[in-house]
Amino acid sequence: MSSLKDVETLSTYLDHAATTSMHPEVLDAMRPWQETLFANPSGSHRAARAARKAVDEAREVIAAELGVQAGDVVFTGGGTESDNYAISGSVRARGGTAVCSAVEHHAVLDPVEHHAGRTVAVTADARIDVDDLRCVLDSMTSAGQEVAVVSVMAVNNEVGSCNDIAEVASVVRAHAPNAWLHTDAVQAACWVDLSELTPHVDLLSLSAHKFGGPKGVGITVVSNGVTPEPLMRGGGQERGRRSGTIDVAGAVGTATALHITGSQRATASQRVTSLRDELLDALTAIDGVTETVPRSRTVPGIAHICVNDLDSEALLFMLDEADVYASAASACASGAMESSHVLSALGLSDDVRRGALRLSLGHTSSSADIDRAISVITNSIGQLRERKAARKQRA
Amino acid sequence: MRVMIGMSGGVDSSVAAALLHEQGHDVVGVTMRLWGGESDTGCCSVSDVDDARRVAQQIGIEHVVFNFSEEFDEHVVQPYVDAHQSGITPNPCIECNRHLKFDRLAERADELGFDAVATGHHARIGSHANGRLRLERGADLAKDQSYVLHMVTAAGLEHTSFPIGHMTKDEVRSHAARLGLRTAGKPDSQDVCFISRADGREHFLGNRIPLRSARVVDRSGSQIGEVPSVEMVTLGQRRGLGVPGGGPVRYVIGVDVSDDEPTVVIGDADDLLVSSQKVHSMTWVDEPFEGDALAQTSAHGEPRPCRVTSTGDRELQIDWGLRSTRIAPGQSVVLYDPTNTWVIGGGIAERSPL
Repeated sequence: MSSLKDVETLSTYLDHAATTSMHPEVLDAMRPWQETLFANPSGSHRAARAARKAVDEAREVIAAELGVQAGDVVFTGGGTESDNYAISGSVRARGGTAVCSAVEHHAVLDPVEHHAGRTVAVTADARIDVDDLRCVLDSMTSAGQEVAVVSVMAVNNEVGSCNDIAEVASVVRAHAPNAWLHTDAVQAACWVDLSELTPHVDLLSLSAHKFGGPKGVGITVVSNGVTPEPLMRGGGQERGRRSGTIDVAGAVGTATALHITGSQRATASQRVTSLRDELLDALTAIDGVTETVPRSRTVPGIAHICVNDLDSEALLFMLDEADVYASAASACASGAMESSHVLSALGLSDDVRRGALRLSLGHTSSSADIDRAISVITNSIGQLRERKAARKQRA
Repeated sequence: MRVMIGMSGGVDSSVAAALLHEQGHDVVGVTMRLWGGESDTGCCSVSDVDDARRVAQQIGIEHVVFNFSEEFDEHVVQPYVDAHQSGITPNPCIECNRHLKFDRLAERADELGFDAVATGHHARIGSHANGRLRLERGADLAKDQSYVLHMVTAAGLEHTSFPIGHMTKDEVRSHAARLGLRTAGKPDSQDVCFISRADGREHFLGNRIPLRSARVVDRSGSQIGEVPSVEMVTLGQRRGLGVPGGGPVRYVIGVDVSDDEPTVVIGDADDLLVSSQKVHSMTWVDEPFEGDALAQTSAHGEPRPCRVTSTGDRELQIDWGLRSTRIAPGQSVVLYDPTNTWVIGGGIAERSPL
């Protein structure tokens, strides 16, 4: 049906932060629940009970990975829904204002802005500025403004910076004790032990396809008795927190993927760190190429660079032609690259931001990928600069 | 040849892309994202990008989107607003061609190693006896777009292609229908692509500049009516002037946007006639020119015979054979050879004294 080249065999895929391939075991685990064991788990017959058992077990596996109660795990339709549920659900449940960092994913930032919330400044390495967080919360308290929810991402999706969620939690608990605390952990799952995040927060979002699970499945962890208002009403599934027929295969696949991710996290992090270092060492050796955020501040999987005097659109086009798949900022509905709110919050100049490139690694990344990426990116930058210089000379 | 084709999501550029592909060129379709705001269709909306992408898929070429919205804002939208504020009548499509399609996109194509940029414009590239390239009117005179392309130079034409310039619009549509392209029956784009029809020009400008009411006076200076926003008034306009009906048709013959007392002067058709017109910011397809020519002063206006005399660097005076209607300042004046076949060059009409 498609005329596309076989993406798997020919390409160098460095866009794992956008999505990654499913672990083979995940698809195997999901398959029966779409084929022979297809019953609706909310039913009352034997087939339904079998499906229900699979969902209950999946929920337990996930809860164990996250260090929470099974009842805290709510399946949703994806990371965006999970974030929206946490933000809009909290504001609607209790009134008050939502607060988030300026570099959140749009799935958090847009609902916060929709509810006329506040954003908090970030440091030059894209981590929340805890002093500003303290100021914002204090100023709201002294103005008699209730804080409904504070949302701070565990890992930034563009540049890969990690926040210290324990520190954020201590500030929030001290300066807005009634606020619920949410973290978008979508980009953290592969690299950060999630059970170290959950004790500090009331709400946590995950997206299955970012860690080798299926697309269209998200998780919101809802703990400490908080009760966001549901976005979906209907059959009352997920204890009324998310109506809609439960996606059994999705739940099973997500549990399988999270379990694999958890058991491989330490070795994968180590392996990918050395690949990432090799990549960044080679690229930052090129004139005018800088690490956007020092790698000591980021997860292993995201290498973000800025290439002086080049447009990332042009660079991405060259990489695409050579079947090296990467990205810059998030794409808008038309498919065009949007100028990045993350890089602008970091105070980078237009010239630097223009040449942004995100290379993200994952469980299938190999040393051969990195070698090829280094050679293609180096050549592409050289070629673009040469042509640019030649054009300037002609003019 | 490696060709980058600008695909707006309309039928002309769809067929242009298909033809290039059929001719065996290595073709990549590009849709420029130019405008992030409200829009009906024009060049910029997501549904047009969807159309362009789907057509590219059907033809079997790659398709990418480039975000040039900052450049579009700087070179097209802001100057459009400024022009209205200073009482002149801009032509944003021409500025978009000048700064986006035949500058920014051409530059990007060159950087990426393409040999040429193609568009779906109705215009042709021919050559003079000496082999120099020239910009010619499209075969379908009713759809000819050479007027809005006059800034492309002979050097630029060497890296430009107008694949449908030899076809009529009907032929373009039939070709699209034969290929089963979803854009085959899509209506032509109208008006300014970054202003939605629902909101209109006044709403668009009103969000960006203060709109000021103005007295409408006759040549003797006595007030006859009033308009709510002087920034919306164009030379030659005859409707919406708040003038009681019944009398002879009155035209705007002068617009004064000065701060203290904005004024619109109206008169009869004769008051619009002038014997000459000054033009600035001239660009030439090839060499600067003086002598007899035809001047076209709107996208589908009738070309009028004139004599062209240089008055300075990129400035000239046009003398009309017979007295001729004044051109709204800001409008493009495009010169064609006396046989009305090819473009000599073009510039922008100066404000001429009453």
